[in-house]
Amino acid sequence: MTNVPMIEVKNLMKYFDTPRGKLHAVDDVSFTIERGTTMGVVGESGCGKSTLGRTIIHLLESTGGQIFFNGENITRVNKKRLRKLRNEMQIIFQDPYSSLNPRMTVFETVREPLVRSKRCTKKELNGRVESIMTTVGLDERLWNSYPHELDGGRRQRIGIARAIALDPSFIVCDEPVSALDVSIQAQILNLMQDLQEEKGLTYMFITHDLSVVRHISTHICVMYLGQLVETCSSKELFMTPIHPYTKALLSAVPSTDIFHKRERILLRGELVSPINPKPGCRFATRCNHVFDKCHQPQILEEVSPGHFVSCCRANDINE
Amino acid sequence: MSEIAKIKNDVLLSVRDLEVVYTSAGAIIHAVNGISLEVKRGKSLGLVGETGAGKTTIAKSVMGILPDPPAKILNGEVVLDDQDLLKVPEKEMLKIRGKKIAMIFQDPMTALNPLMTVGDQIAEVISLHESCSKREAGNKAKEMLEMVGIPAERYPEYPHQFSGGMKQRVIIAIALACNPELLLADEPTTALDVTIQAQVMEMISDLQKKLNTAMILITHDLGIVAEACDDVAVIYAGEIVEYARKEDLFLHPTHPYTIGLFGSIPSLSEDVDRLIPIPGLPANPEKLPEGCHFHPRCSHSTVDCQKDNIPYIEISPNHFVRCTMCANKADYKREV
Amino acid sequence: MQNVEMNTKLSTRKKRESLLLITVRRLAKNKMAMTGLIILIIMIVVSLLSPILAPYPYEQVDLYNTFGTPSREHPFGTDELGRDILSRLMVGTQHSLRIGILSVIYSSILGIALGCISGYYGGIVDSFIMRFMDIFSAIPALVLAIAISAVLGPGINNCIISIAVSGTPSFVRMARASVLNVRRMEYLEAATAINCNTAQIIVKHILPNILAPLIVLMTMTVANNILTASQLSFIGLGVQPPNPEWGAMLSAGRNYIRNYPHMVLFPGITIMLAVLSMNMLGDGLRDALDPKLKD
Repeated sequence: MTNVPMIEVKNLMKYFDTPRGKLHAVDDVSFTIERGTTMGVVGESGCGKSTLGRTIIHLLESTGGQIFFNGENITRVNKKRLRKLRNEMQIIFQDPYSSLNPRMTVFETVREPLVRSKRCTKKELNGRVESIMTTVGLDERLWNSYPHELDGGRRQRIGIARAIALDPSFIVCDEPVSALDVSIQAQILNLMQDLQEEKGLTYMFITHDLSVVRHISTHICVMYLGQLVETCSSKELFMTPIHPYTKALLSAVPSTDIFHKRERILLRGELVSPINPKPGCRFATRCNHVFDKCHQPQILEEVSPGHFVSCCRANDINE
Repeated sequence: MSEIAKIKNDVLLSVRDLEVVYTSAGAIIHAVNGISLEVKRGKSLGLVGETGAGKTTIAKSVMGILPDPPAKILNGEVVLDDQDLLKVPEKEMLKIRGKKIAMIFQDPMTALNPLMTVGDQIAEVISLHESCSKREAGNKAKEMLEMVGIPAERYPEYPHQFSGGMKQRVIIAIALACNPELLLADEPTTALDVTIQAQVMEMISDLQKKLNTAMILITHDLGIVAEACDDVAVIYAGEIVEYARKEDLFLHPTHPYTIGLFGSIPSLSEDVDRLIPIPGLPANPEKLPEGCHFHPRCSHSTVDCQKDNIPYIEISPNHFVRCTMCANKADYKREV
Repeated sequence: MQNVEMNTKLSTRKKRESLLLITVRRLAKNKMAMTGLIILIIMIVVSLLSPILAPYPYEQVDLYNTFGTPSREHPFGTDELGRDILSRLMVGTQHSLRIGILSVIYSSILGIALGCISGYYGGIVDSFIMRFMDIFSAIPALVLAIAISAVLGPGINNCIISIAVSGTPSFVRMARASVLNVRRMEYLEAATAINCNTAQIIVKHILPNILAPLIVLMTMTVANNILTASQLSFIGLGVQPPNPEWGAMLSAGRNYIRNYPHMVLFPGITIMLAVLSMNMLGDGLRDALDPKLKD
């Protein structure tokens, strides 16, 4: 096993052109994901986490920065290499309703990636599809159903089956359980954990739900309006968060512990626009510790082993 | 339901044996199957359940805004201050809606009229229910804006100029403008980001206390229940399966569904190796299981669970559970 | 393993039929649509078997029996040359249906292809195609058909082409709108992620999901085109004498409407029946296909 991280992202940028200017969806983001781990990416709406996931697997083309996969620079790849890469990097989508073609049966949907990649012979094809279906817990009597006949949880299982069909090593999970009821959510999370153990998968788990991310991630990235504000191991993030936004975010989650009222950090102020933003920390307008230096570009610094924060006041305000 | 004598004035809303069905293309959907609950003045009741449990239908029945057809209230009474709202003619209901009961819906994006200024929308409610001049209504509207944390100068702005969280605040201002006795909040923060959610929930709780408004809070998030509710009713397939004070529910969850819900949510404060999901799928309201609607998914189910008349037992003061196990074992406790 | 494969294939095939069956079943419940369908089927049978069914040859002239009112020998009467109107109407069904259906097939293939390209690629390609279609739309369909016919010359094939061209913009527009709708769906991103190329995405993932409203448009357009063909023949373009065409027969009868209204009545009713039946069928199809699309 080499020590090269499976995914490495350096100063990644993704901008969109809009009539009002350039939208900085992902701005100067750097982190690594080790093989077999789960990197949780959290943030609120508009933070760029979905864009980040899609850019890494080339559903969107990056505007700047670099992406490495197992040490290979995949920032710009030709069509042939991209086809091969797609066998290794897959994605599970958020919406179980729009992520499945309503005109294809469950079986056809899971079979399609195998057909496109021309990996198996015709004889092997159906057999492989059947074994994948069994792995994700889709009963045989459902194989010829259409998506609209099934509920959200089953549809999401189809999405997962489709993602693992090509036997990838890395899967971007874009809010895979956000649209599901709590009891179904738990089933799907367990399934994803089982798959990870069985196949040695590496996940990038995008979500806005902090309890879910805590449960499933080994490491976490916190994003705010396109900027990476903090990244470290999951345990450390919840025990010793450093960035003011991370602290506010954690304090905002309603707690089921009725006897210990968490001290809530309430944020004031308005969100800045990610279109043609000014340099510096974008959280500055709502931060309680804002300083002059905050309006200059922030540097992602390692404040303790493996714990990176992008805040000029990290040391001052850290308890 | 509650046999314990209560000072009559304390109970603001009393719902008894409410049954609601929807008819769609020949099929009958049993949305609410005999719900009874009470809301005390100034207190908040949480209705917890997953999609399709019937929580929104209950709220709309209280508010009298169920579309008939396809919905039909088969049975029950909704008594607010000695008045059965289900028997009140529409003309009377118009005076009650907005004034005595107000409702907040889930999606802030579509709940406001895009062509009216936010201030005017608040003033509209005030003019409808209180006899005052336009100017007075406008002034009261400005007060409400300040109360929900929006500067009064923003009165003449339009909804599209506000963010999601701000829109929800405007909606709350509209709801509370006439100082209603009861507020129905249907998943008021589900569509909002976590940090905004915290602000809005805090504001709702503050206002509720300040104005002594009773509240029914519909949510699927147990965390919100823990922070904002006094009493909790857990709803499954149109029935209340457990009803208790918040503390009792969180310390001693008893019904297998409630326990299952707790087991399904990952915790923010401690490491859980593996979640314990509730097996199977939510009950199909077109073909509800016989007897206890939860029994196909329950690991403790017995033959008794398939018979009708599942007992609704008070296992400790003000803690009710609808389960055959409780009838059998008087001191049934959850095994951790 | 083999057995499981067989079972899978069988059950796959079984289910695929059932989507079609569901639509057919729903359609069958709709009385109006069924009426339209039956009338249409009768017309198709008549057009195919007209040489056998027609009581008289359509071109047989009988100068002793001109302007004959409806009678036992000639149920619909005779025209200005003594030809049996019923026979001519029956033979004319061939032409009208042929023009109506073929023109729609051409417009829809061209229109859907252009609409898909326009909607999928967007940008300059989209602008170019749409502005081009705008030019065609700016001219009333009949005027356009007349102009093209005038350039190409009369005759049934040119008639088909000119009607097809004037009908293409509505297919382009509808296909494009449907494609734009489908483009927002995540299953298209999913298709890219599993290595589908553009053609595969359009054919396998976009087309099946935009066909339903287009099918309805096709049936409605057949009705419309039959009418347009009649109008073209009415003014002398399109089907040429002695070939019987409903519109041409209407035109010929126009001069005699005061004294011999039957010459206009029967062709008129026939046109009306054809158009009505297609419209009823189209309406029924729209209802039968829609609920499933409520996704």
